[in-house]
Amino acid sequence: MGLYHSEDQVMLKDTVAPFLAENAPVKHLRSLRDANDQTGFARDLWKQFAEMGFTGILVPEAEGGLGLGHVEAGIVLEEIGRNLTPSPFLTTAVAAVEALKGAGAHLRGEWFPKILSGDAIIGLAIDEGAKHRPAATALVAERAGNGFKLSGKKQFVVHGHVADMLIVSARTAGAPGDEQGITLFAVPRDAAGVTTEADRLVDSQLAARVTLDGVEVTADAVIGDVDGGWASLTRLLDAGRIGAAAEMVGVGAGAMDMTFGYLKQRKQFGQLIGEFQALQHRAAHLYGEMEGARSIVLKAQHLLDDADPRAELFVAAAKAKSGFACNLAVREGVQMHGGIGMTDEYDIGLYMKRDRALAEFFGDTNFHADRVARMNGY
Amino acid sequence: MTDLETFRKETRAWLEANCPPEMREPVKSEDDGCWGGRNWVFKNPAQKQWLEVMAAKGWTVPDWPKEYGGGGLTAEETKVLRVEMAKLGCRVPLQSFGIWMLGPALLKFGTEEQKKHYLPQIARGEIRWCQGYSEPGSGSDLVSLQTFGEDKGDHWVVNGQKIWTSYADKADWIFCLVRTNKEDKYRGISFLLFDMTSPGVTTKPIKLISGASPFCETFFDNVKVPKHQIVGEVNRGWDVAKYLLGHEREMISGGGLGEGMASIGAAFKDVAAEEPVLRAQMALFDVETMVFRAHSERFMDEWKTGKAHPAYSNLMKYIGTELNKKRHELVMSAGGSDALEWESERSRKGARPRTWLRTKANSIEGGTSEVMLNVVAKRILEMPGA
Repeated sequence: MGLYHSEDQVMLKDTVAPFLAENAPVKHLRSLRDANDQTGFARDLWKQFAEMGFTGILVPEAEGGLGLGHVEAGIVLEEIGRNLTPSPFLTTAVAAVEALKGAGAHLRGEWFPKILSGDAIIGLAIDEGAKHRPAATALVAERAGNGFKLSGKKQFVVHGHVADMLIVSARTAGAPGDEQGITLFAVPRDAAGVTTEADRLVDSQLAARVTLDGVEVTADAVIGDVDGGWASLTRLLDAGRIGAAAEMVGVGAGAMDMTFGYLKQRKQFGQLIGEFQALQHRAAHLYGEMEGARSIVLKAQHLLDDADPRAELFVAAAKAKSGFACNLAVREGVQMHGGIGMTDEYDIGLYMKRDRALAEFFGDTNFHADRVARMNGY
Repeated sequence: MTDLETFRKETRAWLEANCPPEMREPVKSEDDGCWGGRNWVFKNPAQKQWLEVMAAKGWTVPDWPKEYGGGGLTAEETKVLRVEMAKLGCRVPLQSFGIWMLGPALLKFGTEEQKKHYLPQIARGEIRWCQGYSEPGSGSDLVSLQTFGEDKGDHWVVNGQKIWTSYADKADWIFCLVRTNKEDKYRGISFLLFDMTSPGVTTKPIKLISGASPFCETFFDNVKVPKHQIVGEVNRGWDVAKYLLGHEREMISGGGLGEGMASIGAAFKDVAAEEPVLRAQMALFDVETMVFRAHSERFMDEWKTGKAHPAYSNLMKYIGTELNKKRHELVMSAGGSDALEWESERSRKGARPRTWLRTKANSIEGGTSEVMLNVVAKRILEMPGA
């Protein structure tokens, strides 16, 4: 299999791209923002995602899904990125689904059908500080009777305030910083002791700070192994990271295409500004960066889908590179648009905001470059 | 098991059985390679043996047709062979401009007679070729070249000067761009092949900042070239040259699958542990290395299935050469004052600083980075202007 999209994958792209361009272009994001929407996404669009089968891309066939892989999920995410579509797809249909694959039959039986039908939103309650540092989990889960009692705080829980369930990483042993001793829990958002405080982020998405105050769950709420949740968490995070990377390829490509279009129509000094070599070279360099990002993302998707042991390393590199390239695309985009690039009316600024939020989601370029170094033994 | 998996297994077994241990050691400098040719002196018996067994299988040029000395492998099989060779650390048995550049041009533009004559010699490493492109006044603006071939009926008489001719002093034959029509800039160039021992050919090595002299000035003084030694049509050599440059750039990007692409931090762990800022640069560089490797793989896969943009190799050339320069900047930083030693045995006669300086040519030779960016902007991004 070559490192490019197969015919089936191209067909999926040909379905997804017009669907999102038509139903959720950038003005969809604007309309939600300008109406001061308090959900963070459009529920009817999420239902349509389910009807199109997108929410089941990663759900196993035996459980009613399509049983496809990260390449296919990435195709949807790239178009979400290109259109800046607010959607729970990445958290719910990608990261949460991957985590739930490591859960028992009861949790799968409860949540997969609701995800497939577009009725469930799942929030990822992982980060506790301003920077992504999953091993630093300090939120405590103490044994209580047959179950556990959870207390602590989480932040950057996208759509957490409207989620039906939160996947919470908690410490059941060891100390913050240890990979061992973490356990993943599926916590209903309406459980007693869960409070959420949502704020709109720079990119107009809504994310919550979540407080768990003595929240009681049964042992059935555990995803994966007690104290050994790092494996399930890694699966969740790798899916989220490669998904965010694919979305950033879409954000960066969207910003880049818009900018190249502008270079071909804006005139100054009596000529199209795209004729200036100073801008041509920067455009060509940017294109190369984005192509590199696209390549490493696809490679990492292939390795993840093949369950290759190198996948984690490549996912880290993909998140690092897509963060770097997408950031370049939006910065060059605003600069090359000149004054109108600074206006709210023009879309390029929205791409810059989205890039900033996605860069932080699941760890930024610095975090992942550091992981690459560690995995390479230094 | 699929056919490809069978091929992988057999290839691996064959390589394990036939690749001498000396030929599995990492290449330390440009000198370690085997270039072949009439005057080639093998570095050791293993190098000779490795070339012979690989040439016998056609695997010096695995994807060329068998009748021309190649291995007749498909694109997928070729990739498998390269990957398996990389896994075992097998050196490339033969490197040559004949394989990288002239061969592909002959396969596309050569007559059947030319293919049968020249290609097997290239595949077996019998003739070492050099490339006569740049001239003192024609670098990036290559098409302005002045070396002239005067039509004398059954032959041309060539006069002029080339520069930056890689290994001209060691080559047996040259493929050379010669003006055969002064009226038409683009359609006035022919692609000629001739023996470097022809009367009137002289070469003079140019000493570079690295101290080495891989490039030469090459002078032609009434050199007689028979008419049948032209590739493609008269005055249409620019088409051949452009095609060949595309191949050259493709090959450069193909390096992404080979050596020199390992983690840089892993090679300098002690320094990385003491120097956090350098470690951070190495980490970011490792990311870029992995990106380039994936990008090369994707490009090669797309190129071989006709999905890649015809000008895409220019982009890969730009990225690959800039990356290699960056790598050697980091190698120098990591090496500190050790890496400044120029002559000692301990420094292997200054291998690191000399290699570092050598890499500065990467983004000049075969088209400068600036020209690559021009081409990408115009042909791929379709930016306006001439």
